[in-house]
Amino acid sequence: MTNVSIMTFNILSILPILVLAGFGMIVLLIDVLTSRKLGEKNLLAYLSLLGIVVAAVLSRSSIGTATFSFNETFTIDNYSIFFNLIFLLSTGLTILISHNYIKREEINYGEYYALLMFSTIGMMLMASGADLLNIYIGLEVMSISIYILTGFKRSKLISNEASLKYFLLGAFATGFLLYGIALIYGSTGTINLRQIACFIAGRGGGLDPLLILGMGLIIVGLGFKVASVPFHAWVPDVYEGAPTAITAFMSVGPKAAGFAAFLRIFMTSFAYTHHEWQKIIYILAVLTMTTGNVVAIAQTNIKRMLAYSSIAHAGYLLIALVSANNMGVSGTLFYILAYIFMNIGAFAIVIVLSRKGDEFIQINDYAGLGFKHPLLAIAMTLFMLSMAGVPPMAGFVGKFYIFSAAIKSGYVGLAVIGVINSVISVYYYLRITVIMYMKEPAREFSPLTISPLIVAAIVISVVGTLQLGIFPSKVMEIAQRSIFTLK
Amino acid sequence: MEAYLFYIMAAVSVTAAVYLVFEKNPVFSALYLIQTMVCIAVLYILLEAQFIAAVQIIVYAGAIMVLFLFVIMLLNLNIKEETKNALPFQKIPAIFMGIVLFTAICAVIKSKLLQGKQGEYTTAYVNSVGNTKLIGNLLFTDYLLPFEITSILLFVAAIGAIMLAKRKL
Amino acid sequence: MIQYLPILILFIIAAGFAITNIGLSAVLGRRKPTAEKLSPYECGIDPVGTARERFSVKFYLIAMIFVIFDIEVVFLYPWAVAFKELKLFGFIEMLIFVGILLVCYLYIWKRGGLEWD
Repeated sequence: MTNVSIMTFNILSILPILVLAGFGMIVLLIDVLTSRKLGEKNLLAYLSLLGIVVAAVLSRSSIGTATFSFNETFTIDNYSIFFNLIFLLSTGLTILISHNYIKREEINYGEYYALLMFSTIGMMLMASGADLLNIYIGLEVMSISIYILTGFKRSKLISNEASLKYFLLGAFATGFLLYGIALIYGSTGTINLRQIACFIAGRGGGLDPLLILGMGLIIVGLGFKVASVPFHAWVPDVYEGAPTAITAFMSVGPKAAGFAAFLRIFMTSFAYTHHEWQKIIYILAVLTMTTGNVVAIAQTNIKRMLAYSSIAHAGYLLIALVSANNMGVSGTLFYILAYIFMNIGAFAIVIVLSRKGDEFIQINDYAGLGFKHPLLAIAMTLFMLSMAGVPPMAGFVGKFYIFSAAIKSGYVGLAVIGVINSVISVYYYLRITVIMYMKEPAREFSPLTISPLIVAAIVISVVGTLQLGIFPSKVMEIAQRSIFTLK
Repeated sequence: MEAYLFYIMAAVSVTAAVYLVFEKNPVFSALYLIQTMVCIAVLYILLEAQFIAAVQIIVYAGAIMVLFLFVIMLLNLNIKEETKNALPFQKIPAIFMGIVLFTAICAVIKSKLLQGKQGEYTTAYVNSVGNTKLIGNLLFTDYLLPFEITSILLFVAAIGAIMLAKRKL
Repeated sequence: MIQYLPILILFIIAAGFAITNIGLSAVLGRRKPTAEKLSPYECGIDPVGTARERFSVKFYLIAMIFVIFDIEVVFLYPWAVAFKELKLFGFIEMLIFVGILLVCYLYIWKRGGLEWD
């Protein structure tokens, strides 16, 4: 007879996840059980926003606690709470910018909001997972939701193609991740992050080739999710084909979740073997930044340009991972937050200016915007300057912290490469500004249909970008307190 | 005896996998995939993981293979139509990288492996309690959270099937 | 491994039965092929068109829904085996799991996923 110990678990720790799951299902049920016309589903958007806010409040309320629950497979500490809030912010902003967009594209189904919330659950699990199984399940929930959202424009071939490409490559990458997890289990006999760290440290020296291989495969799997070169081939096509609001979501949420898992796994479990993986990540960081920035210059479609720019930003974040110090972790947290504001803001403006069927998303379509819609042009300029890393924007401060972290760990060369890359990126970000203000419009701007929600999203993004850029100290302080407390 | 069975099954499954890749007719490929999965189920039995072996047969070789065949028939791939290689220049680097990865894995396996932590569930113990019962006990206590999240995962999969495959919403 | 011996014997008998019958009919049977005899058997009606018809995506949808609930049942099995030890705790957690999938079922149903349109 076996003794089954019913473990004590802290249900409060997963309360935000439960709330999101509940709201997701309620939204779905309301959508399918009530029959209303396509245009009248404002309720669903508001309900989803309410769910996000409730989850954020609940998440925030446990700041300062640092506990394991569910028999040490799940952890709540400031790090995961910070990431949870980041995910909720990105989902919330995505709902704000989607509301009008999905009506316009005639894809206004309740599933849209439910999938956004379900994928947020996956991300939260990735940031809070204290063992590889949870991180894997979280990654799957997140990815599968996003595969579906990518193909949400059911009647558009380009959207279906993007979804299929993303799904096939993503499933392949997940296979690598799983194989890596299996090898690590074989090498250490556990999938618990803390026990892996203990085991490796306890063995002292003596690196197991199996462990190195497992680590390498995990880098492949997560590297795919954060879109690092050479696992980036899917990014431009998928970003272009997905509904624009989902592109915005994809470029921040899963990337943040990927980095949350990356940092947690490599800086707790594999902290002892950091000399091994730092070399690999170093090369990935250089490749990612450079490829992203150089190829972005040649793009004429703004969604593709932002796709390559998001690859480049993943490269900067990898620098923080290479430095593997506390400053790098807090720098990553700060940078991702800043990136959410500037990137979703930029996509919001793309959505406002585009027309049904995602037309007018060529960079040249922005000619003359500065005179026709000065406020939008100013906001876009702000976001572009921030992404280029021009002070006093949020992007500058984030880059500053990350490069400092690299220098602090002795990676001066990497920081220099990062700075050179930032300079390259100024060219293509500023080109948009130049086109907006210096070129004659090639076409008449048709009247814009602006909903209050998307205006709210743009305003939040502008305020966030400026606030984080001009007064970074408060958020930075929170980020510094949010490095892992549980090791 | 068990070692021989292992080598036979491993050889058969690898051979079937190779045929699966090189077979021109997708339906035959699917059948080879079934063969690979059955062989893997036998490997699970050799590892004393009977429950997983049964699931492997029921879910993979059964349900998921039916799905595979439906998709193949849905696409209606014509055998005669030679699949054109759209990216011929990728072939050589791809083969090269594959060989590199394969040699790396082989080198790792051949090199001196350090002993991992001995698991607390020995074969004798597993057999005394019963494989399935032990899985149940662990899955529903220690791994409760991933188990519950799996229901969300299945939910998402259902939404995906409806959203992407249903003609009229 | 000895406990699998009956299964092996069953395999051998099944394979032997099939081989014997095919072999016997090959040896003893008389072959007079006509076009009628060689055509595929479709319940006695003359075959129409090719069998390689394109399937409707509806089949895929049903198969996918089947797989989803199949996996649910896979989880139910170890739960049932371990139920005595898990007691009420196990009951409640399976209730949550099945509850979520029930909502999933309701969703599929109301969305018309079970309809053959």
